[in-house]
Amino acid sequence: MPGNPAPSIASLNTVLARASEVILGKERELRLALSCLLAGGHLLLEDLPGMGKTTLAQTLASLLGLDYARIQFTSDLLPADITGVSIFEREHGEFRFVPGPVFTQLLLADEINRATPKTQSALLEAMEEGQVTSEGMTRPLPRPFFVIATQNPSHQIGTFPLPESQLDRFLMRLSLGYPDPAAERALLAAGSRRAGARALPAVLHATDLPALQEAAAATHAAAPLIEYVQALLAATRHHPAFMHGLSPRAGLALLAAARAWAWLAGREMVIPDDIQAVFPALAGHRLRSAQGSGFASQEELAALLRTVPIP
Amino acid sequence: MKKGRATDTVLEHAALPWLQAAVLACLLPHALHLPLWLSLGVASTLAWSLNLALRQGSLPPRWLLLLAVLAACGGIVLEYRSLFGREPGVAMLVAMATLKLLELRSRRDALLLLILACFLLLTHFFHSQNLPTALWLLFAVWLIVAAMLRLQTSALPPRAMLHTAARLGMQAMPLTLVLFLLFPRISGPLWGLPHDAQRARSGLSEHVAPGSIADLALSGDIAFRVRFAAGVPARNFLYWRGPVLEHFDGSAWTPARPGGGKPRLETTAPAIAYETTLEPSRQRWLLALDAPTSWPATARLDAGLSLVAREPLHERQRLSFSSSLDYRYNRDPNPGELQRNLRLPPGSNPRSQALGRQWRDEIADPQARVERALKLFTQAPFAYTLQPPLLGPQAIDEFLFEQQRGFCEHYAAAFALLMRAAGVPARVVTGYQGGELNAVDGYLVIRQSDAHAWSEVWLAGQGWRRVDPTAAVAPERIELGLVAALPAGEPLPLLAAMRAGWLLELRDRWDALNNAWNQRVLGFNAERQREWLAGLGLNPGDWRRWALFLGAGTSGLLALLALWLLQQRPRRDPWRKEWDKALRILARREVNCAPGEAPLQLLARVESRIPNLAPDFARVVNTYLRARYGPAAGEVERQVALRELRAAVAQLDKGRWF
Repeated sequence: MPGNPAPSIASLNTVLARASEVILGKERELRLALSCLLAGGHLLLEDLPGMGKTTLAQTLASLLGLDYARIQFTSDLLPADITGVSIFEREHGEFRFVPGPVFTQLLLADEINRATPKTQSALLEAMEEGQVTSEGMTRPLPRPFFVIATQNPSHQIGTFPLPESQLDRFLMRLSLGYPDPAAERALLAAGSRRAGARALPAVLHATDLPALQEAAAATHAAAPLIEYVQALLAATRHHPAFMHGLSPRAGLALLAAARAWAWLAGREMVIPDDIQAVFPALAGHRLRSAQGSGFASQEELAALLRTVPIP
Repeated sequence: MKKGRATDTVLEHAALPWLQAAVLACLLPHALHLPLWLSLGVASTLAWSLNLALRQGSLPPRWLLLLAVLAACGGIVLEYRSLFGREPGVAMLVAMATLKLLELRSRRDALLLLILACFLLLTHFFHSQNLPTALWLLFAVWLIVAAMLRLQTSALPPRAMLHTAARLGMQAMPLTLVLFLLFPRISGPLWGLPHDAQRARSGLSEHVAPGSIADLALSGDIAFRVRFAAGVPARNFLYWRGPVLEHFDGSAWTPARPGGGKPRLETTAPAIAYETTLEPSRQRWLLALDAPTSWPATARLDAGLSLVAREPLHERQRLSFSSSLDYRYNRDPNPGELQRNLRLPPGSNPRSQALGRQWRDEIADPQARVERALKLFTQAPFAYTLQPPLLGPQAIDEFLFEQQRGFCEHYAAAFALLMRAAGVPARVVTGYQGGELNAVDGYLVIRQSDAHAWSEVWLAGQGWRRVDPTAAVAPERIELGLVAALPAGEPLPLLAAMRAGWLLELRDRWDALNNAWNQRVLGFNAERQREWLAGLGLNPGDWRRWALFLGAGTSGLLALLALWLLQQRPRRDPWRKEWDKALRILARREVNCAPGEAPLQLLARVESRIPNLAPDFARVVNTYLRARYGPAAGEVERQVALRELRAAVAQLDKGRWF
């Protein structure tokens, strides 16, 4: 594609290339995950255990030069275990706030649906507000602040499925899935890359990221493209396969994600291909299927994309 | 089928059950009319196709299908002696539609099958236009629409599909209603092929021999329905006059040759008005109460005081009559007529003729001879039965002197013969007697089982007078109806046998519903439509003129709508126009762009399918995307870009030849 790739795109492409060396055969998912972070959104990874969710989060944190913390969610995890607590210090005779793991730049919330709703919502508030309120004190979180949450498919035993309103806080939901045979062979031959993921040298510095996000958000979206987004939103609202359609906020999110995707592809404008590329990751956890209790399947979303004419 | 298209239009396997259900619903009622071998063939083919769908098996080879087609054609020719015409045509369509189930490869095949099914639905109306048929067809249409939806959309749950199909059907209702009310009606049946007209129907015939009406009496079919303007007259006045039989050949009574002048009718009671809805009988008799005083213009009163229509009744008709229940008829003697009604074939039924002659010699007053004959019937142990014993060649002798068991036609015929022998002009009149009031809609329903035969005698000073010998033997027949008159243990018409109150009420309601359907829907013919339109202040005139008017009106409306839509349509920008041109070029190379296919995706497909066109198309895509989705540029740049795009599309157009 023509266009003038900004100098920073090269470094992002390096990030992608390096990440692909760790997470084999998942270029598309990596690209989506990176677009998600570029669009300033949080990412939800839904997969069975052992598919490389944690490795993905660690790899991205290392390559982007971000502070990284991980919380393993369990059913007895309390909100304070995330946000931090004030501890009385005898020598100073006062309370001192000990920040929880949420005070980081990239937080991996592992198996988020194992925790109780109360604990989940403590994290989700932090995601939405970018700050933590604890014992009457509001403390801002570091910038940038990303959450990569993982969850097991909700039909597994002992899970508390996230309510729709909280799912909406995640820009994208991705599923890595099984590796293809070639990637799996390479993985089996070389052993797990997880240990190496922590040790990857940073390609970017955390302070570079806001500028990159700004540049991505400035990608041009022409009137016909806005029209297309609108047509897609309208289609989800009238389609009999879905219980209810996408909200205007979801529309904004779609556009933001498509901008990041386009920018990452080196384009100066968003084209319908970009919308279609990010749409399934964006709509999958926001659209409920009309029958049953599950979310819309990838097939239903693909069918929707096939039928909505591009203006 | 070319390889390229097959991938775009391949039939989803999951759509098969829908198609099968739709076809089954469409064909099922045909089993009532088709020859058994064809129905069995259709059933086994359906089972086969179902089995294939379940096992995901492969379709049978072409030669086998060809063989099946030939076998079906052969069978139809053997059965109907032709491949053309209504019945063989329908049979042919049924066979082909069923075999098509074994040939469903692409979406196009499935669509063709569904359209064929729609056409086949219409053919049901050849056989029946009643309410259950209409409801069943509605159901079949529902399934067909659902199947069409299944073909056009992706997998929705079956309930959603049926729901959508029902909603589509509902949305079509207003238009259907408008078309029903306004569409020009052609006078006469649309599919009245000549062969159809000669088909026998149960009903009154012009030929009465002992036993002919008794057969009819077992039929619960409705002959006609009547609505009286005022109240329903007493039962013993309800004589619905059919053909008058004056000629006796020794065994059967038949009508005299037509002609014989006009009847002279003097009425002594005010006329009562009523409206009759006659079921098609394929005969020309119109049934009116004795004696008709006014009748529709399409009918005439013959010398026997019966009403004869100009055309046989091929479809249900609603006609208005009025009758006077007290009348004198042909009081002045008409020598030819009297002569005719005294004639007896010599040598037939000698004992009866002898008895008649004996009465003529003994009793001077003809009126007293009539009384004498009726007394014979009441005094001798005559029995009224639907199952008279079989009678030999001298049927009336045997009936009068040996068996003494018979149905109305026995009594009427025997009485007329006795009277003629006794020198009193007499004849047999057939028709219907009585009827049953439907409490639900107030119609008097006359069934085939109400068919009756009675006699008329001519007495000086009185003219023709009705004498019903059945009334002498079994007065209940006239006062209460057939069921009451028959002795216990006799077989009864199915409907008449229902005595339970709720069953009767159910039957009445069903009749009323059918009647409403007949009157309002099927009876909405050219004439009704004209009346209805006239009520709206429109004068449709002849149906041809009306069709012309409607056609012009509809075209005008459509043109206005089209203009409006054109106005509404957003102006396509020049970029989009060029892009569409490029898509058409690709379509000619069998790469069809789905409505939701993004440009780069399409480019990838072009690269794999028509690699030699890909560089040109890539140029089109790049220029198009930049121009349409890129940042707004100045007017000059836009023009330059547009020229560039045009050049690229032209290049692509040139490239497609290589």
